[in-house]
Amino acid sequence: MATLFQGLGVVTPLSSSNSFDSNKFLLPSRRSLSERKDGIFVVRSDARVSQVMKTGARKHELLIPNAVATKGGSSVASTSKSGHELLLFEALREGLEEEMERDPCVCVMGEDVGHYGGSYKVTKGLATKFGDLRVLDTPIAENSFTGMGIGAAMTGLRPVVEGMNMGFLLLAFNQISNNCGMLHYTSGGQFKIPIVIRGPGGVGRQLGAEHSQRLESYFQSIPGIQMVACSTPYNAKGLMKAAIRSENPVILFEHVLLYNLKEKIPDEEYVLSLEEAEMVRPGEHVTILTYSRMRYHVMQAAKTLVNKGYDPEIIDIRSLKPFDLYTIGNSVKKTHRVLIVEECMRTGGIGASLTAAITENFHDYLDAPIVCLSSQDVPTPYAGTLEEWTVVQPAQIVTAVEQLCQ
Amino acid sequence: MALSRLSHRGVGSTLLRPFSARPISSDATLTIETSVPFTAHNCDPPSRDVATSAPELLTFFRDMALMRRMEIAADSLYKAKLIRGFCHLYDGQEAVAVGMEAGITKRDCIITAYRDHCTFLGRGGTLLEVFAELMGRREGCSKGKGGSMHFYKKESGFYGGHGIVGAQIPLGCGLAFAQKYSKDEAVTFALYGDGAANQGQLFEALNIAALWDLPAILVCENNHYGMGTAEWRAAKSPAYYKRGDYVPGLKVDGMDVLAVKQACKFAKEHALKNGPLILEMDTYRYHGHSMSDPGSTYRTRDEISGVRQERDPIERVRKLLLTHDIAAEKELKDIEKEIRKEVDEAIAKAKESPMPDPSDLFTNVYVKGYGVEVLISSNYTALEFYRRMDIFS
Repeated sequence: MATLFQGLGVVTPLSSSNSFDSNKFLLPSRRSLSERKDGIFVVRSDARVSQVMKTGARKHELLIPNAVATKGGSSVASTSKSGHELLLFEALREGLEEEMERDPCVCVMGEDVGHYGGSYKVTKGLATKFGDLRVLDTPIAENSFTGMGIGAAMTGLRPVVEGMNMGFLLLAFNQISNNCGMLHYTSGGQFKIPIVIRGPGGVGRQLGAEHSQRLESYFQSIPGIQMVACSTPYNAKGLMKAAIRSENPVILFEHVLLYNLKEKIPDEEYVLSLEEAEMVRPGEHVTILTYSRMRYHVMQAAKTLVNKGYDPEIIDIRSLKPFDLYTIGNSVKKTHRVLIVEECMRTGGIGASLTAAITENFHDYLDAPIVCLSSQDVPTPYAGTLEEWTVVQPAQIVTAVEQLCQ
Repeated sequence: MALSRLSHRGVGSTLLRPFSARPISSDATLTIETSVPFTAHNCDPPSRDVATSAPELLTFFRDMALMRRMEIAADSLYKAKLIRGFCHLYDGQEAVAVGMEAGITKRDCIITAYRDHCTFLGRGGTLLEVFAELMGRREGCSKGKGGSMHFYKKESGFYGGHGIVGAQIPLGCGLAFAQKYSKDEAVTFALYGDGAANQGQLFEALNIAALWDLPAILVCENNHYGMGTAEWRAAKSPAYYKRGDYVPGLKVDGMDVLAVKQACKFAKEHALKNGPLILEMDTYRYHGHSMSDPGSTYRTRDEISGVRQERDPIERVRKLLLTHDIAAEKELKDIEKEIRKEVDEAIAKAKESPMPDPSDLFTNVYVKGYGVEVLISSNYTALEFYRRMDIFS
């Protein structure tokens, strides 16, 4: 776990990056990775080090000009000449497929993931390729099949459990909290739970209160799990692969509205670090921390802010548990102002925890109180106008930055 | 062909007279046989001869045709993007909603899942409330805040309208508990689908209902597909009426409105005396699971059209009406035209109806008057305004 020395401002993140050791990222697996012909490399978002095995070093483009990537949106991920364009759900599928090919212990279970191809097409074609036992169509029984996935993981299988909508996983809360999160601890380390629980969540387009939930705020207190949120095809694939390879239970939060984002991703294999935040746009005036769909609202607001002469530093925190306080801390030390933009509700959300963590660790570096923009503490209404008011809009982000930078 | 015995039959030309001057007296009881006999589990099935009347059959026709028209109209509205999000249509299953209403009273409670537009209508909801809610307007039955999956009507005992599969069943058993507690002499019908039949909470609630002798009737609307998964791929035993084990069950042809009526009457009597019962309605939905599901990737078009031809609930009643000379072809067509007009008018009115006010975002989170404050996020712009407002319901 990330160790935090309270009040001293010294932070050691989960994966030490002071002395970069590329071997740290080659997670133990059943087959030796040196057998692989193509290079594998882990990408650090700040481009400090990119240890690669075979292919050349890569450098990030640090600015995303198009907030909502549509056709031919510029790639943040790759300056390599090759690379292929795909949609976010296809990127997830690619990552999943590659891992299933690589490791026969990886299996998928969920509702309508097999023959139907997945309600958001993330698992399309996988059942035909890998068979019914590796891509399991479950009955509508979230509590049971999540529990079964955890049980299977205890013996060494690596299930990827899909919640058709994250909100349905509330039915499996006990399994996720008590069994998934705690078994490694309560068994004194005997059992590992290398499970991945994934699914779409977030506020969509008028899906109603029960289908617009943000479970990251409910799950964040569970000890023993890791949570990541993907936001681009590039990080979706990388995080999916990393989550599957991780020996710890990982909850991968996807967003209903981001599945059709298009981006060009590298042809070479890559795995991202689960605990790392992504520097989307470096800047000087204010640190804006965000994740998932709000990243795009922030980027839209950034266009306006840049025109008004502001220079925001935008970080997609990606890792919701644990926070990458190394990247975040460095940013706070530079800009001295923090704005958090999230889709969770204000009470008990990720932003609330992040505010506390930053205040505890970097209080001396702050010139202003941290501002947290979150969704309203109401059930998501169906009516379009009301739903719009529930989530943070770019205009509010602009106003917040202006007020913060006064 | 259905058998029928008429206790009284009028004579005279019917073509020139308006419908209300039918020669057949409205007291006349028609007895019509259900399409198939009931299959029972741990109980004696009711007779397959159902007592009905000409006016009742006409009401059945009208109500089902209205529901059918409403759902088709909702389909078009969805494609025109006036309805967004999720929209689960009930066309094909109308007989369950209509037959159930005929067998019970408004003091009995109904609770169902998200395929609730027609059930809401059957419970006394209006077309305007339906379309306004679907379009997210203030005049909708949930003031535009619920949407397709959250229709409710408290005064006529309709408890929704639920998005999470199976979650309404414990709620339904709770309604039955309250009815027993308050000695209401009424029952609760908790509806769910074949997909939900595999939820653990169903069996938990059923056990408790049986233990405490609650007047709960669990109704499985078996349309044979849980979204994209056929029943045989999800359930080891698709005999849903038997899965209550110690709880008796009845299998009903859900496309036959008279069978549904008979079964629900029987179930109500049974539940008031002996505790819970499971009804399995063998029914079918023509549309896909929701508007984002084409409905043809997991079943063949032949199957869908086959059911439409052989078992359509409205056609069955139409044939009965024609065979028993209760109405002529033309009159039925007139009724359908009237219905179309009614639906179109309701849609037009709903389109005019205003969107909710921004302040409605914060109403009905809590009940007013308990000193509770709703936390407001620190959003800076216009929402600052709401800090100062009276934000209670």
